[in-house]
Amino acid sequence: MSQALLECADIQKSFGGVPVLKGITLDLQPGTVTALAGENGAGKSTLMKILYGMQAPDEGVMKVFGNEVHFAKPTDAIALGIGMVHQHFMLVSTMTVAENIVLGAEPGSEVALDLNKASTNIRKLSEEFKLAVNPHAVIEHLSVGQQQRVELLKALYRQARVLILDEPTAVLTPQEVDEFFAILRGMRQQGKTVVIITHKLSEVLAISDEVTVMRDGRVVGQVATKDTNAAELARMMVGREVLLRVEKPDADVGTTGLLVKNLSVSTSDGSKRVNGVSFEVRKGEILGIAGVEGNGQTELIEALAGLVTPAHLTGEIRLEGRDITRVDARSRRELGIAHIPEDRHRRGLLLDFSLAENSILGVHYRKPVVSTAGIFLDNQAIRKRAAQIIEDFDVRPTNQELPARALSGGNQQKLIIGREFDLRPKLLLVSQPTRGVDIGAIEFIHRKLVALRDEGCAVLLVSAELEEVTALADRLLIIHEGRIVGDVDPKVATIEEIGLLMTGGH
Amino acid sequence: MRDLFTIALIWSTVRLATPLILAALGGLFSERSGIINIALEGKMLAGAFTAAAVTYAADSKLHLGAASPWLGLLAGMSAGIFIAAIYAIVCIRYKADQVVSGTAINILMFGLPAFLSGAFFLSSGSTPQIPRDRLIPFTPLVIAILLLMLTGICWYVLYRTPFGLRLRSVGENPEAADAAGVSVSRIRYAGVLIAGALAGIGGAYLSIGQSSLFTRNMTSGRGFIALAALIFGKWRPVQTLLACLLFGFTEAVSIQMQGAIKLPAFFATLLRQTPGDDIPIQFIQMVPYLLTIIVLAGFIGSSRPPRALGIPYQKEK
Repeated sequence: MSQALLECADIQKSFGGVPVLKGITLDLQPGTVTALAGENGAGKSTLMKILYGMQAPDEGVMKVFGNEVHFAKPTDAIALGIGMVHQHFMLVSTMTVAENIVLGAEPGSEVALDLNKASTNIRKLSEEFKLAVNPHAVIEHLSVGQQQRVELLKALYRQARVLILDEPTAVLTPQEVDEFFAILRGMRQQGKTVVIITHKLSEVLAISDEVTVMRDGRVVGQVATKDTNAAELARMMVGREVLLRVEKPDADVGTTGLLVKNLSVSTSDGSKRVNGVSFEVRKGEILGIAGVEGNGQTELIEALAGLVTPAHLTGEIRLEGRDITRVDARSRRELGIAHIPEDRHRRGLLLDFSLAENSILGVHYRKPVVSTAGIFLDNQAIRKRAAQIIEDFDVRPTNQELPARALSGGNQQKLIIGREFDLRPKLLLVSQPTRGVDIGAIEFIHRKLVALRDEGCAVLLVSAELEEVTALADRLLIIHEGRIVGDVDPKVATIEEIGLLMTGGH
Repeated sequence: MRDLFTIALIWSTVRLATPLILAALGGLFSERSGIINIALEGKMLAGAFTAAAVTYAADSKLHLGAASPWLGLLAGMSAGIFIAAIYAIVCIRYKADQVVSGTAINILMFGLPAFLSGAFFLSSGSTPQIPRDRLIPFTPLVIAILLLMLTGICWYVLYRTPFGLRLRSVGENPEAADAAGVSVSRIRYAGVLIAGALAGIGGAYLSIGQSSLFTRNMTSGRGFIALAALIFGKWRPVQTLLACLLFGFTEAVSIQMQGAIKLPAFFATLLRQTPGDDIPIQFIQMVPYLLTIIVLAGFIGSSRPPRALGIPYQKEK
C-alpha cells in the first residue's frame, strides 16, 4: 500500500461527557473515492469537522503524508490541501462566483483585489476538471448543480488534494447526479482523494472504491466497494437486517377520495406555480408525484391542505365528492385530511415545545385534548395520547417532556406521522416523508404508509427521492413547471424515463 | 419663493449633510459586516462632546492655538472609537442583542456629556464657547471635496479590496466566510470600529465645525437620520451619499422656509391661527424627521439589508 495522503488513528471526541467518536481509524489513499456511510448520529459529520479543522479531537493522531498535524482552524486544514463541500453550500448568494471562490484566499495585495487574475485561474480550473461555470455570474442566479460546481472550484482553487463532500447529491436531480459523478471520476483520475459522506447506498455502490461504515461513533466496517452489496452495507449501518425493498401487496382500490380539477395556484406576485392540474386519488391507493423540487409540488400540497389563500386558487378540489375548494385548513382536517409537511421544522413542529405539546397540534382545541368545559387543556389526556403515539410510532427517546429540537430528524418525523395518523384520515397528504431520516426509520415509515393505504386511506405522496416514490406509489404523476407532464406505471417505467420527464424532456 | 433656491442653499445643504454623511458611511461598514448600528447617535454625541471639550481645553488651558481643533477632531474620533469598542465587545464577544445594547449606549451618551460638563465646566450640559478662529477652518467647498473623496475611498475599500470582500461576505453569510477561513469576529470588530471613528468625526464636525460649542443633545436624532439614509441608500456608498444630501437639503430648505412661507388658510383655521401668519417653526423643523419615517417605513423603493444583519454569529450550532 502506498503512503496514505491522510490518516487518522484512534480519534476520540465527546461533547459534554457524551462520547460521539469512540476511536476512529481511517486512512485515505491518493486517487481514490472513499464513501463514508452511516446513519444520522453515527458521528460522520463530527469526524469530518475534525478532519477539516473545525473541531479538535480529544484523543488520537492525524497525519498528512506521514507527518503528524494539528488543526486549530479550517485554514490550517486548507493549507495542507484539505477541502470541504458542506451539505448546505457555504456561498454568499449576492456575490459573484469569482468573489466566492477567492474569499479568504484573495489574490493581489491587501489594498487591491485582483479579480481578473482570479477569473483566469478559475477558467483554467474549470477546463481542467470540466466544471463549467461563468466566474462573473452571481450565485443566486445559478442552479443548485452549478452552485455545487462553485463549491468544488473553491476547494480546488485552494489546491485541495483531499475533497470532503458532505451529502453532495441530496439537492441534485438524477441527471445532475450522473454529471456530478463523472466530475468526481475525473478528479480521481487527476490523483485527488475524494471522501463522500452519504446515506444513499446506491450512490455508495456507484461511485466509491472503498466504503467505511460508521455506527454509534465506531467504524464497523471497511470494505472494498466491489466486494460488498447494498444489503450488507445496510446491515452494517443499522446493526440488523433491513428490508430495502418496500413490500406491498397490490392496491385494493376503492372509490374516489380526492378529486382535483383544473387547479391553478399563483403566488402573491402573480406568477403561476401550479398550472391547470387535474387528477384523482382513489381510496386504498398511493398516488405519487415526482418532480424536481420547486416545480409546484409545495404549492400543490399546500393548496390541498388549505394553506393557500382562496384568492390565489382557481379550479376545484373535492373530497369524497364534496367541494372543499374554499374550506379552511381546520375544517379540512375535521373532514379527514391529514398533512405531513415537507419541511417539518417550518410547518410540522414547534421545535422548542415538548413532544406532548407538539403531539396535539391541530387537535389542540377539541376533545379529548381539551376538557369538557372547552377551555382548559386536559394534561392527563394529552400525556396519555402522546404516550400512545410515541409507543406506536417508535419515537425515541420516549420522554414526552423533551423539546422536539432534542430529537433526531427521523424521530421528529415519526412523531408528526403518529400525530397525523391519529386523525384517522380519509386523505393523507405527505411530502418528502423520509428526508433526513435514517435507513432504519425509512423502512418503518414506508411500512406505516403502506399500512394506512391498506386501511383504505387515499394517499398523495410527493417525494424528491425517485427510488422512494417509484417503490411506494401505485400510480405516478410527473410534475414539471406546475403542469402534470406524465402519468406512468411505476412498476414499468424506468428511472431514466421518469428523470427525462422531470426535466421537461419528452 | 424663488429666492429660496440660491447658491447659499447648496452650501447649507453640504454643511448640514456633512455629519450625516460621515456617520452614514461609517454605519455602512458596521452594517455590511452584520452589526446593526443603531448606536450611531450615541457615537456622534460622544464625538461632539469630546471634540468640543478637548478643543476648548487645548486652546484655553494648553494654549495650542490653531492646532486645537485638530486635537479636538482627533479626540472626537477617538471617543467614537471608544464607544464603538464597548458596543463591539458587547455585541460580538458577548452576542448581546444589538438593538437593545445600541439603545443603551444612546441613552448613556444622552446623559453622560451633561454629567461630565457639570464636572469639568460647571455647566449643565454644554461646553464653553470656543472662539471662531479655533474651529475647523474648512469652507463648504473643501468639505464637499473631502466628502466626495471619502465616498470614493469607501467604495474602493468595499468593492476593490480583500478586506471589503470579507466584510461583505461576513454580513451576508458568516458561515460561508468562516468556512473560507475568514475570521468573522475580527472583521466585525473592524467594521464597528470604523463606524465609531467616522461617527465620532461626524459628531465633532457638529460641535467644532458647524457651531462653536457642545450643547445638550446637539445631534438631535442625526444618528438615526444617518441610519435612515444608509437604508435609503441600500447600504451602498454612493447612494448613501446621495440620500444624506437629500436629508441635508430637506433640512436646509426647512431652515430657509422659516418665516418665508405663509400659512395657507385651511391649516390656519385648523391651528387656530390667522391666515397669512408664518408657519409655526416646529412644523417646518419636522420635515427631515417626517422624511426619515417615510424612508424607514419602506415607502420609497425596497432595499434588502445584509442577510446576517443583527444576528450574532455562533460558531457551532
